Amino acid sequence: MPGAIHAEGLVKTFGDVTALDGVDLDVPEGTVLGLLGPNGAGKTTTVRVLTTLLRPDRGTATVAGIDVLAHPNEVRRSIGLSGQFAAVDEYLTGRENLQMVGQLYQMDSRAAKRRAGELLDRFHLADAADRPAKTYSGGMRRRLDLAAALVVSPPVMFMDEPTTGLDPRNRQALWEVIKELVSGGTTLLLTTQYLEEADHLAHDIAVVDHGKVIARGTSDQLKARTGGERVEVVVHERAAVAPAREVLARYGPGDRGLDDVSVEDHTRKLTVPVTGGAKLLAEVIRDLDAVGIEIDDIGLRRPTLDDVFISLTGHAAAREREEDGEERPPARGRKHRKEPAA
Amino acid sequence: MTTLTDTAPHAPAPRGGIAGSIADSLVVTKRNLIRMTRIPEMVVFGLVQPVMFVILFSFVFGGSLNIGGSTDPKAYREFLMAGIFAQTVTFATAGAGAGIADDMSKGLVDRFRSLPMARGAVLTGRTLADLVQTTLTVVVLAVVGLLVGWRIHEGIPKALGAFALLLLLGYAFSWIGALIGLSVRTPEAATSGGLIWLFPVTFVSNAFVDPEQMASWIRPIAEWNPFSATVQACRELFGNPGVVQSDAWPMQHPVWASLLWSLVIIAVFRTLAVRKYRSASA
Ligand SMILES: Nc1ncnc2c1ncn2[C@@H]1O[C@H](COP(=O)(O)OP(=O)(O)O)[C@@H](O)[C@H]1O
Ligand SMILES: [Mg+2]
Repeated sequence: MPGAIHAEGLVKTFGDVTALDGVDLDVPEGTVLGLLGPNGAGKTTTVRVLTTLLRPDRGTATVAGIDVLAHPNEVRRSIGLSGQFAAVDEYLTGRENLQMVGQLYQMDSRAAKRRAGELLDRFHLADAADRPAKTYSGGMRRRLDLAAALVVSPPVMFMDEPTTGLDPRNRQALWEVIKELVSGGTTLLLTTQYLEEADHLAHDIAVVDHGKVIARGTSDQLKARTGGERVEVVVHERAAVAPAREVLARYGPGDRGLDDVSVEDHTRKLTVPVTGGAKLLAEVIRDLDAVGIEIDDIGLRRPTLDDVFISLTGHAAAREREEDGEERPPARGRKHRKEPAA
Repeated sequence: MTTLTDTAPHAPAPRGGIAGSIADSLVVTKRNLIRMTRIPEMVVFGLVQPVMFVILFSFVFGGSLNIGGSTDPKAYREFLMAGIFAQTVTFATAGAGAGIADDMSKGLVDRFRSLPMARGAVLTGRTLADLVQTTLTVVVLAVVGLLVGWRIHEGIPKALGAFALLLLLGYAFSWIGALIGLSVRTPEAATSGGLIWLFPVTFVSNAFVDPEQMASWIRPIAEWNPFSATVQACRELFGNPGVVQSDAWPMQHPVWASLLWSLVIIAVFRTLAVRKYRSASA
């Protein structure tokens, strides 16, 4: 049986830009799929096709079992969308924004008012409820946007880069909300540029690049391919590189001996894949100290999107540029620019 | 998981039909009207401009123009008002275009399009809100006109008919604005794009000059201009001077011509705009 979200062979071109080049997806009911990819990979285009905003040139898709192309209006009843840029009317108050959405879902004004009040409480916006959304911070706008997507309880949710541009505290808070949401059984497709986020929230991850899904699996499977965590050490003297390598090799996977530890001579940096997390770090420091090796820097690195990309494609993710978050949506013209070649 | 999903109502079946369209359009109209109260300076600028025109034209050009053989400044002011009224209502175009382009660039159009709401409601809500603003402007302008010496000579019912034709023209033009707003990429482009074409439309007309005095090739254009029909109808219904004597059908039957033109514009541009909206990609 196809999942709550199912897409086959989606193709979409804009002029000579191929935004989607045959995307296949399947998200079983009640699960979370993280669509992970750099800027320009085709994440937003995928979400726009699945949420009936854009017709693909080719391919088929169903959401909640309904054909997206044949019955867009039925699909709209079953989805909630929180787009890449918080879509709130900044001259309306938070409450007015939510009431408007409720009324567009045909609630009478009393029901819309009650639901708006509930959501404002739930998203910690009660204090700011009667201020124009213009005065909200980026995190507050994001929360309001998410609340607007949840005015009715949609069985399928789409969130396009929900935390891009948020500070770590707001990101954490939003993660909690999202986790709570999916624990209630909602199917979610979430796009992100952060492996950490996909790791945290998603059951399955699909990595997209240049409009194609280039890898899929659980976050553990992806991290296994990527090499998972690693310890990085910078030793103080060049002469210490060789003995440090011997120490670090003990922590590696062990199958390649000294070769488990990669060395950058000119920066005196040694890297070894490990399992065991932060606790291990203390042991490594102790062992290096025991043989008298002085270190300049040591750290535990978790794989990032770039690591995933390097392991999957052999090159780093080509980024247009860092998104500046949802606070200032760029002029529409920007998206029309051709992507620089990778 | 309490408030997020448990208490949430489920999305109902689309309410479809005319009743659904009207209900959704009114929700969006209300939203746009609330916006206007939050940006009062926009409304004020919308009022200042036509009032300034009346005053400038009345007192700067007032005595130098010849209306129907008279150089009486009072006759000129009576002549002038129909043109200013019509020009003012057509400026609603720019407002509608800029508003919709702004909604597109802010992602609001995406939000609306992802909801199970009536197809044309976002645009209808916009054009209706602009109609409210235009009505307010017309009222203020009428008061200013009365102050500088403009008068109604054919009775209140006919004058109300003239105002109805003016507002209908403004409403029709706001659908052209909606289409422009959906076709450009920024609100700024929608504002200038929404204004530029209004200059030929309002000047190649009987609004400020008798087409009699125009080059012979341009004269039929002025006489068949929808804008001219409304101006001519207003002069007739208000009993103001400057009614064009011409054999052209719209100049002979200006009330019908104005009505028909507005309805045709609404039918054509509403269809085009709603179609564009459905495929709009921000
Ligand atoms: N409306 C559009 N017109 C032209 N090109 C577009 C449009 N939307 C997206 N693109 C292009 O399609 C590609 C994929 O974009 P997008 O789906 O927004 O990527 P992502 O969300 O992963 O950053 C990019 O090269 C982008 O420039
Ligand atoms: Mg995107």
